[in-house]
Amino acid sequence: MCTDCGCSTRGTQEKAHEHLHDNPQLNDTKTISVIQKILDKNDHEANHNRSHLDNNGVLGINLMSSPGSGKTALLEALSEIAKFKFAVVEGDLETSKDADRLISKGIDAVQIQTGSACHLDAFMVHKGLHDISLDAIDVCFVENVGNLVCPASYDVGTHLNIVLVSIPEGEDKIAKYPVMFRQADLILITKTDLLPYFEYDIEAEKKEARRIKPNVDILEINTKDTNSIQKVADWIEFKQKMRG
Amino acid sequence: MHEYSIVQSLMQSCEENARANNATQITKVVVKIGVMSGVEPQLLQTAFDTFKEETICSNAEFIMTMQSLKIWCNDCKGEYILPKDTYNCPQCAGVELDILDGEDIYLMQLEMV
Repeated sequence: MCTDCGCSTRGTQEKAHEHLHDNPQLNDTKTISVIQKILDKNDHEANHNRSHLDNNGVLGINLMSSPGSGKTALLEALSEIAKFKFAVVEGDLETSKDADRLISKGIDAVQIQTGSACHLDAFMVHKGLHDISLDAIDVCFVENVGNLVCPASYDVGTHLNIVLVSIPEGEDKIAKYPVMFRQADLILITKTDLLPYFEYDIEAEKKEARRIKPNVDILEINTKDTNSIQKVADWIEFKQKMRG
Repeated sequence: MHEYSIVQSLMQSCEENARANNATQITKVVVKIGVMSGVEPQLLQTAFDTFKEETICSNAEFIMTMQSLKIWCNDCKGEYILPKDTYNCPQCAGVELDILDGEDIYLMQLEMV
């Protein structure tokens, strides 16, 4: 008799015996229903970041786009005209070039180098926030890694998402990356001064954006047109006021 | 390619659940992937197969179920599945929608010994 389970199979019936031991019921298999978000730890940390910003009266804004759409250029332009004081948590795979650019403009910026990670998560942003004096600022930007895919899945603990898309990237970016544009509270169509040189139907892109996110705000900007940057500053100030 | 990061989080949850249930091995992992979660199922499968080696999930079967966009329309008060990523009510074309499912990734079920 088998000492494991008390069954009486033996000898030529070895195979059947083995099979018996594969039987989940004999091995006491347990099936449990879990139903939890796979990224729940990230979401928990994101909520922690948000309350940290709330406690300091700081509005958090996550900037996302492809590489080269003008996230850093927007921040540089905002620093010239914005009434609110801001700092930046910069995410890049390598180098601190973006943070250096901002620091040279007098903006408080910390660089997070993600190594091979294609997005910032709430834990990385938490670390970055430790190096920023929140009591000296009104708005904290998180400049995410340039990528229209991965950052969309991670709540980093900001209050609002601004997604940029530039004219030279070409049409159809919004339709091709719906998950990202679905996350946007404000879409900025950037580098509009290049419109004469590209086939780009702005109205069609706006329509596409509102198919995915019906109530999304959209602004057209270029850094040479101060009025267009002022509109972004106005939007942020309005959101600040609406949070009290 | 954030599927590797997602699998790392998934493995952590698996280990925690196994420990809580005094299990030594996980034999089946069932996840639910929202069509608008930004996760590519094929890449997730590859990431799972790569990461499971020498973990509690090394012999686990990985089952993915896709979840369509499920919404509640606040205009016509109905629950619907959206056929595509167009966020309009398929019944009344309203846009005041609550998203009930389809934008997240969930661990649903574990089988363990």
